[in-house]
Amino acid sequence: MVLAMLFIGVGMVASLEDYHWLLTIHRPLGVAILVLAAIRLINRLFNPVPPLPGHMPAWQRLAAKSSHVLLYALMFVQPLVGWAMLSAARYPVVLWGALLLPPILRHDPMRYAELRELHTVLAFLFFAVFLSHMAAALMHALIYRDGVFESMAPWRAATLPPTPSRKGRG
Amino acid sequence: MPENSTRPPAEQEQPPPLNLMATLVRLGAIGLFSLFVTAAFAFTGGWLTPNRLTPVRVVDGFERVNGEHPGFRRNHAKGLCIAGVFESNGQGLRFSKAGVFDMGQVPVVGRFALAAGQPYLEDSPQAVRSMALRFLLSDGEEWRTGMNDIPVFPVSTPEAFYEQLIASQPDLTTGKPDPAMMQDFLARHPETVRALGLIKNRPVSSSFANDTFNSLDAFFFVNKDGNAVPVRWSMVPSLPFEAAAEPASPDKNYLFEDVIARVGQQPLEWHLVATIGQPGDPTNDATIAWPEDRQRIDLGTLVIDHVEGEDTGRCRDVNFDPLVLPDGIEPSDDPLLSARSAAYSRSFTRRAGEAKPPSAVITPPLSKGA
Repeated sequence: MVLAMLFIGVGMVASLEDYHWLLTIHRPLGVAILVLAAIRLINRLFNPVPPLPGHMPAWQRLAAKSSHVLLYALMFVQPLVGWAMLSAARYPVVLWGALLLPPILRHDPMRYAELRELHTVLAFLFFAVFLSHMAAALMHALIYRDGVFESMAPWRAATLPPTPSRKGRG
Repeated sequence: MPENSTRPPAEQEQPPPLNLMATLVRLGAIGLFSLFVTAAFAFTGGWLTPNRLTPVRVVDGFERVNGEHPGFRRNHAKGLCIAGVFESNGQGLRFSKAGVFDMGQVPVVGRFALAAGQPYLEDSPQAVRSMALRFLLSDGEEWRTGMNDIPVFPVSTPEAFYEQLIASQPDLTTGKPDPAMMQDFLARHPETVRALGLIKNRPVSSSFANDTFNSLDAFFFVNKDGNAVPVRWSMVPSLPFEAAAEPASPDKNYLFEDVIARVGQQPLEWHLVATIGQPGDPTNDATIAWPEDRQRIDLGTLVIDHVEGEDTGRCRDVNFDPLVLPDGIEPSDDPLLSARSAAYSRSFTRRAGEAKPPSAVITPPLSKGA
């Protein structure tokens, strides 16, 4: 979903005839990611994540932890920056039909220009973090084969018998 | 993130070690896959196809042709803020559920402009004039529309628009567009030749105040039963048409000064007239006028009672994006609409971050606060 959003984002600002329908998807999808990120975070606070293998080097643990922190931060910050920049530009933040979000900043074109730039920078950062996260996951799956990839995957519950403390991880 | 509550996965059975070859192949596969995702991302963003016509290239084109004028709109650069109300007569509700057509008043802010990219252009009878409006609905929705005082648009696609723009670029040595380039463009675009004929022969009015402004692009009105009809709209002045003469005063802002003086005396009025299209009327080609006998419905009256220079007015920092629409008005399949939306957005983003030089048209700051 996040990856689709990043592709829609870079695609729409580079297109003329597809700009409008992509933008029409981009706004509600951004808000959906914000809501789902909140649900995910709450779920994570209440449900422990599977542990990393004991033999993993410290630098890999640090990389794994920090990329998770970055991904979560971006899932919150990027939609909020989008909402704020539309507010500062005084665009109505239409989700669909007549359903709108209220502005969260006052009308200020210079602030809009800054936030718009930030939205782009964060999108590239998001893509970079996503890509390294994906590559690292594949390293675990294909090279280390230490069970980390399996613990990330949605089909994990089918291959590992669930224990009471692990159920329903997001 | 507590980590002590579950058993480390698959810790007990270490997989057999990979030999060097297998490791390299697997590393290569990971690298290739990452590269593929990155390339797809770069392609989507247009970085691998520099010839693709993007909003950035369109706005760059305006800057090349008109010169760089930071802080100003890249097109329709010279303008004046206007404000007032739209008094809906309720007739629109049959066709559109948009709240703007409920019987009653909606505040409006807008802008008069010359449809050109030079912010200090001299007013002239030939210059195409525009009216941009922002209807502020009570539920926070908005309807933004930009209309011109020409009967049809000269081009039907974003690509043709860009080609025509570049063909009109003044030559560095002569200071005039290269006629061969324009002729080449026109030879390939008979629809533009036809449209320019209609545009050149239009009756030119003497003032913004007695001018008719047209949406040109088609939209759809959708009513509460879900029925959609194709529509184009116009702002038709209450004042009778009066033909333009050569400029009566040497003032290079005479058109704007005229409308400022008129609004100072009494409010100006226009009727919002919707033309309802029939099946077969083109909605995706703004170069073609719909037949004269189409149903035309007066939806209400626009009353403009405030004007104010852009330096203090409320129109400069607004993007009159034609696809900011309330529920009940929808875009048609006209490819110009999305392209206008995209290019306006890019132009707005650029000027929003630039210092704002003074507007050519200045009014004393009004206590009324237009």
